[in-house]
Amino acid sequence: MIHATLKELSAALARKEISSVELTTLFLERIERLNPRLNAFITVDRQRSLAMARAADARIAAGQATVLTGIPLAHKDIFCAEGWLTTCGSKILSNFVSPYDAHVIEQFNAAGAVILGKTNMDEFAMGSSNETSYYGPVRNPWDTDTVPGGSSGGSAAAVAARLAPAATGTDTGGSIRQPAALTGISGIKPTYGVVSRYGMIAFASSLDQGGPMAKTAEDCALLLNTMAGFDARDSTSLERPREDYTRDLERPLTGLRIGLPREFFAEGLADDVRRAVEEAIAEYRRLGARTVEVSLPNLNLSVPVYYVIAPAEASSNLSRFDGVRYGYRVPEYADLLDMYCKTRAQGFGAEVKRRILIGTYVLSHGYYDAYYLQAQKIRRLIAQDYAEAFRHCDVIMGPTSPTVAFPLGAKTDDPVQMYLNDIYTIGAPLAGLPALSVPCGFGAGGLPVGLHMIGNYFSEARLFNVAHRFQRATDWHTRAPANI
Amino acid sequence: MSLADWEVVIGLETHAQLNTRSKIFSGAATAFGAEPNAQACAVDIALPGVLPVLNRGAVERAIRFGLAVGGRIAPRSVFARKNYFYPDLPKGYQISQYELPVVAGGSLTIRVGEADKTIRLTRAHLEEDAGKSLHEDFHGKTGIDLNRAGTPLLEIVSEPDLRSAAEAVAYAKALHSLVRWIDICDGNMQEGSFRCDANVSVRPRGSDRLGTRCEIKNLNSFRFLERAIEFEVRRQVDILEDGGAIVQETRLYDPERDETRSMRTKEEAHDYRYFPDPDLLPLEISPAWIEQVRSEMPELPQAMRGRFQSEYGLSAYDAATLTASLETARYFQEAVAAAGKDNAKLCANWIMGDLAARLNREDKDIGAAPVTPRQLAGLAKRIADGTLSSKLAKEVFEALWSGAGTDADAIIEARGLKQISDTGALESIIDQVIAANAKSVEEFRAGKEKAFNALVGQAMKATKGKANPQQVNELLRRKLGA
Repeated sequence: MIHATLKELSAALARKEISSVELTTLFLERIERLNPRLNAFITVDRQRSLAMARAADARIAAGQATVLTGIPLAHKDIFCAEGWLTTCGSKILSNFVSPYDAHVIEQFNAAGAVILGKTNMDEFAMGSSNETSYYGPVRNPWDTDTVPGGSSGGSAAAVAARLAPAATGTDTGGSIRQPAALTGISGIKPTYGVVSRYGMIAFASSLDQGGPMAKTAEDCALLLNTMAGFDARDSTSLERPREDYTRDLERPLTGLRIGLPREFFAEGLADDVRRAVEEAIAEYRRLGARTVEVSLPNLNLSVPVYYVIAPAEASSNLSRFDGVRYGYRVPEYADLLDMYCKTRAQGFGAEVKRRILIGTYVLSHGYYDAYYLQAQKIRRLIAQDYAEAFRHCDVIMGPTSPTVAFPLGAKTDDPVQMYLNDIYTIGAPLAGLPALSVPCGFGAGGLPVGLHMIGNYFSEARLFNVAHRFQRATDWHTRAPANI
Repeated sequence: MSLADWEVVIGLETHAQLNTRSKIFSGAATAFGAEPNAQACAVDIALPGVLPVLNRGAVERAIRFGLAVGGRIAPRSVFARKNYFYPDLPKGYQISQYELPVVAGGSLTIRVGEADKTIRLTRAHLEEDAGKSLHEDFHGKTGIDLNRAGTPLLEIVSEPDLRSAAEAVAYAKALHSLVRWIDICDGNMQEGSFRCDANVSVRPRGSDRLGTRCEIKNLNSFRFLERAIEFEVRRQVDILEDGGAIVQETRLYDPERDETRSMRTKEEAHDYRYFPDPDLLPLEISPAWIEQVRSEMPELPQAMRGRFQSEYGLSAYDAATLTASLETARYFQEAVAAAGKDNAKLCANWIMGDLAARLNREDKDIGAAPVTPRQLAGLAKRIADGTLSSKLAKEVFEALWSGAGTDADAIIEARGLKQISDTGALESIIDQVIAANAKSVEEFRAGKEKAFNALVGQAMKATKGKANPQQVNELLRRKLGA
């Protein structure tokens, strides 16, 4: 049961082979047993989860179930959920119980899904290894001495270790796809504006996008059907008709044009990752696709551009955490300024402070044009690179991450090395494009490798199709870590 | 040197609170006077994860303002974040407009003495208000009321075209009148719905270089505006005449001491780190939207002034006075509608004369006048048709004011104030007067015009003032064969 896909679980629930309470209990017990080793969850609330499961069972009994009714889902602790501690991985929100639901949570609640718990994450989603969390690092279930990636590392580890059937994540520079790759699961960052950001604690507003993380691309499609949708409370939410993201799953790949950016296979890519990705591409050729070389000439600028724009927005977005209205406030202070300084000095971790400082600097008088404005211009160039590439191909493929999971602590002292982890994933959010990662093999140490695919705007259904046909032809996505 | 040797240069930044029912970026109500924080929703208190959504009503009001001042309505304007920490600023930034405001340019005409002067506007932009810190009643702590946080404001910036405190006040009054005229702001200055910051500098008369300016913040009455500028001008002139230099700074006016005090200097000024708000799309205003708003605009004061002159034959002065506020103009138009176009001048005289004086005496706005436009029109009609002399008219007006009667005719009837215009009745009275005053008749016939006036007086006395003086005149002359 723990390895079952959402589709299988949904069918089992419908046939009353298992109840939601039983299913939820099964995963709660796994969390109880395995989470101390993995630290994938920040909050588990058995009573609340079981109450939701009972309600789901009643709904199933009444014949009013949706495909997700009764399915327990883990939510990244960046999504506000009413009555749940919502920390964003930070001390500064370590006492914040949300009085409201994010749009994403509302939609899953309306579908009858069960909240299984809130997952660990890099503090305010700033990190690529899940080591910046106030609640301690998450460990990769494939090798607990390595990182699960970040920032949605808790969600990724939970799904990989079968502590949850599926989870939500958010992606700003790769925070869904990179941990999915490093833990051997599937995850998609949809087109910017497809998933509402209302109630999703902001890191970098122009880049943040929520998305599902699951064992298969098909499960991701099922989840996105519920997760996506217009929300008038988010001005950047796109008003489009609802679509069925599973509609093209089985479409044959004959004639599919896969673009391979030469910059994705250049210096910096580890050999084991390269090998697995090239084998996956060979599989696609066997499935009827053909490959074309494309170019993303500004790829090397994407990391610096990202590390101007994202911190700039973050420095402003995080100003609200000031100890005045909610969240952590230092117990002793001399005056207002002292309260602000001590609260934020103690409430934020080192990486968050680093990014607030960078962001404050690049927006400062006299530097704005040279950094922020310039970065915005290059951001447009990067988007144009993708537009040009999509004139020659339907989907861009490459590695999700340059290496497999690295040991805990290996890059914590070198932020630039850490930032370079996101080299392949940062472009899609900068351009607002949808991108997905699926497992495509194993590299050094038996650690999973992710295959990254980037589609044109609103091509999610096509991406799911391309990923699903691969998963029908391979079994990488069915592998689970040992000892779990 | 003396004050007269210095030229004063003033520009005003005015914050007009827009009269939308809900806030500019949230659905919370904007009504004044609610319990603290009763009108602050999740967005206003900046909970984690909340997002702003622009209120189109606020934009529509900005368009209305742009059209009223002849400014350019930007087809695309951008909301920006102004970052600074303050407890009553929940997000740690204020959403405002910076590089691309919704309205650019435009102008406002003010009256300076007998002449008109055009004041150019730099821009007008939309922004949200902050909350309020409450320093009393919290045992040494500060309370925060976020009811006002997110209230829509239009910040209207003038060019430094004003040359005296009096001009600044005239401009502020004209602007105050305009925003109420086009119904975008209730203009309530006590509640902070309309407040000004004044940028003041002085320079030697004849110089074309601007002096260093000081900004005086948050002037919420016309009197404070005038006093603050006057104080500030004297302060700056004193410094310069003593050989000193003005330090660019932000100052606060203290009405108790009638002086301005330094708040912060330029060196201490915040770096607000403005950047476009990524939570909000650029504001796009289509020509169709502008035309829609234009079609719903009321007639503007300038146009109405012209029409009052051409249509009713009013003087430029009368027309300007009657269009100084929407309430006055509305009162006048309603009175004319009831009294008839021919009585427009009469209505104007009464509104600017007796009514204005009475309102002034009792410190009332014309909107709260106990005499309605319809009642005033009824009075005007009876003056015009000769029923009332001007003396009796004043008595009727007083009766209307005090509520002693509901309309002029009823008061005239009840009090028997009607002029005696019946020729038959007057003739017999005049005959008696002639018979009883043979001496005056004699003198008049001898050429003494004064004696005639005495006879008129006698006739008026005999009718207790109700005779139509003109008719008495005519009848007397006829009877005396003059």
